[in-house]
Amino acid sequence: MKRLGPRVEQKVAQAGLWTMTLVTVGVLLFIIFFILRRGLPVLSLEFLTANPADMGKSGGIFSTIVGTVALSFLAILIAAPLGVGTAIYLTEYTWGGPLTRVIRFGAECLAGIPSIIFGLFGFILFVTKLKFGWSILSGGLTMAFMLLPTIIRTSEEAIKSVPPAYRTVSFSLGSTKWQTVTRVVLPSALPGIVTGIVLSVGRSIGETAATIFTAGSALRMPTSIFSSTRPMSVHFYILAREGISMSNAYGTAAVLIIAILGINILTYYLMNRFIRKYS
Amino acid sequence: MAIIEVRDLNFYYGKFQALKGISLDFAVNKITALIGPSGCGKTTFLRSLNRMTDLIEDVRVTGTVLIDGEDIYRPGTDLLALRKKVGMVFQRPNPFPLSVFDNVVYGLRVHGVRDGKVLEEKLMRSLEAVHLWDELKDRLDDDALKLSGEQQQRLCIARLVAVEPEILLMDEPCSALDLAATANIEDLMAELKKRYTIVIVTHNMQQAARVSDVTGYFLLGELVEIGETRQIFTNPQDARTEDYITGRFG
Repeated sequence: MKRLGPRVEQKVAQAGLWTMTLVTVGVLLFIIFFILRRGLPVLSLEFLTANPADMGKSGGIFSTIVGTVALSFLAILIAAPLGVGTAIYLTEYTWGGPLTRVIRFGAECLAGIPSIIFGLFGFILFVTKLKFGWSILSGGLTMAFMLLPTIIRTSEEAIKSVPPAYRTVSFSLGSTKWQTVTRVVLPSALPGIVTGIVLSVGRSIGETAATIFTAGSALRMPTSIFSSTRPMSVHFYILAREGISMSNAYGTAAVLIIAILGINILTYYLMNRFIRKYS
Repeated sequence: MAIIEVRDLNFYYGKFQALKGISLDFAVNKITALIGPSGCGKTTFLRSLNRMTDLIEDVRVTGTVLIDGEDIYRPGTDLLALRKKVGMVFQRPNPFPLSVFDNVVYGLRVHGVRDGKVLEEKLMRSLEAVHLWDELKDRLDDDALKLSGEQQQRLCIARLVAVEPEILLMDEPCSALDLAATANIEDLMAELKKRYTIVIVTHNMQQAARVSDVTGYFLLGELVEIGETRQIFTNPQDARTEDYITGRFG
């Protein structure tokens, strides 16, 4: 076969890459369109503010929105300080020796574990061993462990991108390491850290497998962190799987998708601002 | 009177010996210039005077460095107090991404000064010392990164003098500045030496000749020669120094 000339080759490559991009974007748009077309007609103020009735066949999804928010909030409340603290330790307090590598490797492994395994782990540890039962507490703790790797990784990147000169100068003026971290490094890294945390909120909102084992699936309005709850993702799963109400399932899915899209757009916006600040 | 006395200082990065048996004294209220080709150890030497070298992994030091008669390499040395006393100006102006005000008072706050009146008073005196007060007194809340290069370097010096050090270590403080700015900073150094002892590392031999009282020539980790600046530049005792300052080498 005769070889194509470089110009033709370039054209073919461009067309090929363009097609791949189109397919990727197309699939994304199709999913969003598919969900929204079925889900949007169901949405109304009442759907958002009424509690589910009749196992979810009628009524709204208010208690599941509350459940989602409560679970994500608790998960972030636990994971953010742990993750940011670990990232600070790894970047500022170690020379990058074997211990650092072990911790970092551990965090990476944590990121690769399927969420259903986290669910099972959370069930055994929090629900049964520690006797927290199916509750927001068990679900939030489980989800926190899932989110840790992301938060550690993004915080580490943000902290590493702070110019080393800031640290040198701070030390040269007689500051301690902690003063340097809190007064110079963290303020500069904050937008990047927040980006990672917001990204994690997005992930936690959609998480299903880890919560179904740990937070249960009660449709009642949760009253404390010891209440069982059913987040939107689990509600959607149950409605669809048990064939309770497909239209309400799509309505729930639409709310989920819109929330996650909103959060991703916010992340994108934050990230852009962060990048602009340091370039 | 010597404020810094260095005796037989050896410095190692891992197995590499960066400084070999350095001994010299620095006199109070004088400017000492350290010259020499890149990689000769002059910056390492400068940083070993306030132990900024501790921030690097795997370094080893032998010998003594006495500052005000205290050996700074004695175990248990208060590094924070040492660095407050022996401050540093870097090659590139490096203000924090904070306001002018927060930059200048950074060191004071770190050392526990909270009183707003004291901070304002010291801010004013520090900016006056570097001739920035008139330019910046109405721009104290501006982002320091928006200042010109020369203003930034002056600001960094102001940030340093705010903590009232005794010794200023300057690591090629003008290398990122243009000629006019360099001349201004050199004038400033001449004023500052009335109050501080200054050690400056420079690549620029004319600069060393212009600003310093004493000049030391470093080569391959050794201090080849040190003496009155005029003597070093007109009548060097060592052939290697002569080669360097006459431009035959370096």
